[in-house]
Amino acid sequence: MNDKLERGMGAIFFLSAAASILAVALICFFLLVNGLPMIFRSGPLTFLLGKEWSPADIPPVFGILPMIAGSIYITFGAIIIGLPVGVLTAVYLAHVCPKRIYGMVKPGVDLLAGIPSVVYGFFGMAAIVPYTGNSILSACILLGIMILPTVVAIAESALRAVPEQYYRGALALGAGHYRAVFGVVLPAARSGVLAAAVLGIGRAIGETMAVIMVAGNQARMPVSWLKGARTLTANIVIEMGYAAEQHREALIATGAVLLVFILIINLTFSALTRRKA
Amino acid sequence: MNCFAINDLNNLRYGASPALMRHTAGDAGSGCAAQRRLGLDCPALRSKKMNCFEISDLNLYYGDFHALKDINLNIAAKNVTAFIGPSGCGKSTLLRTLNRMNDLVEGCVIQGCVRLDGEDIYGPGWRGDISHLRRRVGMVFQKPNPFPMTVYDNIAFGPRTHGVRRRYDIDIIVENSLKDAAIWGEVKDRLRQSALGLSGGQQQRLCIARALAVAPEVLLLDEPTSALDPISTGKIEELLLTLREKYSVIIVTHNMQQAARISDKTVFFLLGEVIEHGDTESLFTRPSHKRTEDYITGRFG
Amino acid sequence: MRPSERILAGLTWTAAAATVGVLFYLIVFILIKGIPYLKPSLFSLTYTSNNVSLTPALVSTVIITAMSLIIATPLGLFAAIYLTEYARRGNRAVVLVRMTTETLAGIPSIVYGLFGLLFFVTALGWGFSVLAGAFTLAIMILPLIMRTAEEAILSVPDIWREGAFGLGAGRLRTVFRIVLPAAMPGILAGVILAVGRIVGETAALIYTSGTVAQIPATPMQSARTLSVHMYALSSEGLHTDQGYATAVVLLVVVILINAASAWIARRFGAKK
Repeated sequence: MNDKLERGMGAIFFLSAAASILAVALICFFLLVNGLPMIFRSGPLTFLLGKEWSPADIPPVFGILPMIAGSIYITFGAIIIGLPVGVLTAVYLAHVCPKRIYGMVKPGVDLLAGIPSVVYGFFGMAAIVPYTGNSILSACILLGIMILPTVVAIAESALRAVPEQYYRGALALGAGHYRAVFGVVLPAARSGVLAAAVLGIGRAIGETMAVIMVAGNQARMPVSWLKGARTLTANIVIEMGYAAEQHREALIATGAVLLVFILIINLTFSALTRRKA
Repeated sequence: MNCFAINDLNNLRYGASPALMRHTAGDAGSGCAAQRRLGLDCPALRSKKMNCFEISDLNLYYGDFHALKDINLNIAAKNVTAFIGPSGCGKSTLLRTLNRMNDLVEGCVIQGCVRLDGEDIYGPGWRGDISHLRRRVGMVFQKPNPFPMTVYDNIAFGPRTHGVRRRYDIDIIVENSLKDAAIWGEVKDRLRQSALGLSGGQQQRLCIARALAVAPEVLLLDEPTSALDPISTGKIEELLLTLREKYSVIIVTHNMQQAARISDKTVFFLLGEVIEHGDTESLFTRPSHKRTEDYITGRFG
Repeated sequence: MRPSERILAGLTWTAAAATVGVLFYLIVFILIKGIPYLKPSLFSLTYTSNNVSLTPALVSTVIITAMSLIIATPLGLFAAIYLTEYARRGNRAVVLVRMTTETLAGIPSIVYGLFGLLFFVTALGWGFSVLAGAFTLAIMILPLIMRTAEEAILSVPDIWREGAFGLGAGRLRTVFRIVLPAAMPGILAGVILAVGRIVGETAALIYTSGTVAQIPATPMQSARTLSVHMYALSSEGLHTDQGYATAVVLLVVVILINAASAWIARRFGAKK
């Protein structure tokens, strides 16, 4: 009796663990099955590299290069802004700030991670858009802020994983505190910093609501940092509400492309962190 | 006949506490009887047998590491047996083999037989279950490990595991176990407080009481005093001397004086082999092997 | 201090100040823009196109959160128990579970939304419904709950497990009587973080639970959470000020959730 219960619960635990395998399989299956036919019907190159997205034209034209470019521009800009600030903040948390201040700054960074993206969006609409317009730049600034907690958390743990002797060794050679941290500890943690950048990219490319609210969302090739653009994520949310048939399939295909991007980024990230371990 | 046996038994085991006698006279479900009715047989009833464990041709490997080599050893019942030897000699490993705690270690392979009461607990025909084996062979660890719950619940964990449900039975088991472990006086007023609030020495005696609560035949102790101060150590040594009346006690120790003070038999291990075993007195005064002599006179280890 | 030292110090302090500064600016900004519009009418029981009350959305948020947790918490907890207490090291299934869990954690919410639309709403025929939204979110928070539960379980010292096994307790009893009670604060902190994720989620819900602004009578009806409500207000563009007021409410909820999680985690840490 006891043995049966023991074995039964063991099976339940195993099945629960298998749930995440099932979830990933289902997600990939449904997105690919619903998206790929469309891509192959119009030809992968026309779909991926087509510069025109005109679902209302007759016949409709589905090229998602503008959205791919929009996502890349905005993500790139967000990393340019968020990565240095995030890494420097991580240096501050790991090696500069006194314990008492740490107890206040760290929860603040955590809170930054917990703020919903729509709240960021409202903030961006009122605090950034008036200066830089509904533009790529606005989205970059806002996303730069939003990826801060991710970058800080990963960079900080990478910095803390560097053996203390490196730092002491540098001090013994006459380096000051900051020289020791920036010259020895930070380079030693570079794979962690790289991992932080990769995960930051993942966060930025997948962000949806905040971007929609500040990026302008024009489905055209990006023309300037101060003009609007549309990301892959925005494309789905904006048009899914009224899309039908081929248009709908094209949007699901957009999601499939996004999923593939994310999977590549995830693989890169786990390769980076695994090598470190 | 039966009733008489139970009363007699309680006299034997718990001493003649009038209050308890009254309980036992009125209700056969108390004390040892409670444990017995639930299949936990009582040590005092057991016939005096010669050996509690008979180990033959035992080999144990952790992956490629040959940790125990051709162990042949009989362990006397109702005695304190000490396992001594330098670190890594296999004494703790052997101890953990006796209640199959090594089952938890991945890559551990065991060959040979270990007979408890004549039954090979590693044999293919062994029909007992591990839970029952561990009830018969209790264990106390190096670091005191009371669970993060009340003193009462700590002691009650074992009996409840083995199916004792009635509050009244558990109350009695808790009291008797704590008394047997000589800690009742110190904790009787804080049974409902967290066991983590006790001192290290008290925690270890609580762990001994916890092991006694399931009425084991054998008590394994893995360096039970190495994390304790001298006064707590003294109390536990005193306690072990009283326990051998009812239990077979096997203790792993690094402390030679401790082995000499409290054990009847001593086994000396070196590099996974039993070098010498015998009466403690003769082993310490007239060791028959050079390496035993070197060790007990402190020339190595 | 040498000049190079001074520059590096300046950079570090500036970055940290910027991070903290942005947080404060954001909070203060939202409060200033939103608090003037926090009027009792915003909390009236029903939503109309003239009075964009947030009460239905607030209630729907609670309902969807509860449903998602009911689905995801046992699943995530059991999975964590399997990974920590049952699976043997190097087991191929474990490697696969870890890989897929990492993958799930990285998938953006809009992809979850799309999946929910294709699977729960369309393939299973549930339509835009609270149930579809809750299931979608449950998958989304699963990796978070698994990871935090796993960490909490791993931090339970092995000597307690040994003690329980030594008394003849089986794995199941050891897990439920010894390990889980000791790990409970950490597990709880993770669940609260998950609540934070749910409350803040928008993209995964728009096309699963839909955007109807009323308290759902059955799980098969559509409803909008606070975050979706805010997005709807912003995209309609008619009630942006009320949107900021709603943002204040959402922000307060999120801050409370974060504080609760941190408090529980800290108490847990102190106990060790």
